[in-house]
Amino acid sequence: MISRAQALRWFAPAVLGFLALAAWEWAVWAQGIPSYILPGPVQIAQTLARDWDSLSVSLLVTVQITFAALAVAASLGLLLAILFAQSRVIEMSLFPYAVVLQVTPIVAIAPLIIIWVDDVRAALLICAWIVAFFPILSNTTVGLQSTDRNLLDLFRLYGASRWQVLWRLKLPSAMPYFLAGLRISGGLALIGAIVAEFVAGTGGTASGLAYRILESGYQLQIPRMFAALVLVSGTGIAIFMALSLLSHLLLRRWHESADTGEHR
Amino acid sequence: MELARGDFLALLGPSGCGKSTLLRMIAGLIPPSAGEISFPADPAARKGIGFVFQEPTLMPWATAARNVALPLELAGMNRREAHARAVEMLARVELAGFEDAYPRALSGGMKMRVSIARALVTRPRLLLMDEPFAALDEITRFRLNNDLLNLWRDERFTVVFVTHSIFESVFLAERVVVMAPRPGRVVRELRVPAEDRDTPEFRTSASYAAHCREVSHALAAAMEAA
Repeated sequence: MISRAQALRWFAPAVLGFLALAAWEWAVWAQGIPSYILPGPVQIAQTLARDWDSLSVSLLVTVQITFAALAVAASLGLLLAILFAQSRVIEMSLFPYAVVLQVTPIVAIAPLIIIWVDDVRAALLICAWIVAFFPILSNTTVGLQSTDRNLLDLFRLYGASRWQVLWRLKLPSAMPYFLAGLRISGGLALIGAIVAEFVAGTGGTASGLAYRILESGYQLQIPRMFAALVLVSGTGIAIFMALSLLSHLLLRRWHESADTGEHR
Repeated sequence: MELARGDFLALLGPSGCGKSTLLRMIAGLIPPSAGEISFPADPAARKGIGFVFQEPTLMPWATAARNVALPLELAGMNRREAHARAVEMLARVELAGFEDAYPRALSGGMKMRVSIARALVTRPRLLLMDEPFAALDEITRFRLNNDLLNLWRDERFTVVFVTHSIFESVFLAERVVVMAPRPGRVVRELRVPAEDRDTPEFRTSASYAAHCREVSHALAAAMEAA
């Protein structure tokens, strides 16, 4: 059953959004603003529907790169964090370089990557991966390190092997941290993909949403630019919601972050 | 200090006197800095240790039954058999019906019962308890005290029970070992004879009060000497 609070949580922002869009539409109409400066929401929606064929192809490209980058970032981040948990020396030698990777602005290194890597898609994927990688690595590393000391003692007392400690104790304790990292990285992977597309500026049919935005800008097709922007934001929201749902489903039975209130 | 089979021994002392450290050394979790801890030649003796921590120390992602089954599963027992034994043990600590509950749905006292069930599921000969009931309210603590004594009378495992409560040590243990801090050491041992302990109203009896007074004097003397 949907409670009053839950209904309000959906209803309140929906009403606010609708009012804002209506005000925008009215302002554009009342002031007579030309569509190459600022199109109204209705016109943007019309453009989105009209250009859906070409925009959806670009959307698919961007989504594919984003998800591939996120998948690689999640698996590599997890593996490296496990490696860090096994050996302090490995952690101390590698972690600073992971930080270097994180703090170097992706816009600054994207041109280099695009020069070095022949395949444009691979280059985009690498850029998106660099941005998405760090939150997962650092969160999971912290998670693996914050295992309950007493539980570690308990496992030792019962003669648990290294593998048993990792699989039965450390990984489950790190799960909430990993999932929190994944939620941050989901949004970052999209940003990385978009930034890389901007830098690469690939033409042709196989190019992503960022290129559609650039192209529409050059051609002064501002409604189309907005339509592509709507798709970018929509994708980001969808990724965030999907990952939040995943996190909730995995943690709801035991972790405080996913507490639904029924136990209190 | 010697420990015989079936003893119920309480280690009593102020914080910092090394009660928990001694317990961890017995468990083999930390090596002694000097001296030694010897076990009977029987190799099973050292294996059969159960440990109950100050906090319940349960895995929050696992149900009560899976938490209790953990020591068995770590030892390589198959999951179904371990589960069956865990369910049986949960019933022994009066938690039948809570097998599938996650720790966060349980009260503090229930979590401690799960923790005790986990320590006993391997049928250990030696049960080590590190201030297990310190964080619980008095009503719950009294009930768990009684239940622990009943389990001990039924199964006759050896218990070393760390506490800083005089009343708890006298109620539970046959042997109360008083420790003093700086440097941590054993200063005195007092006995609570079985004929006193087995009276039904022991907790409110005159002999209980007398033993408490005696232990409390021993403790005060130990603190003063320090």
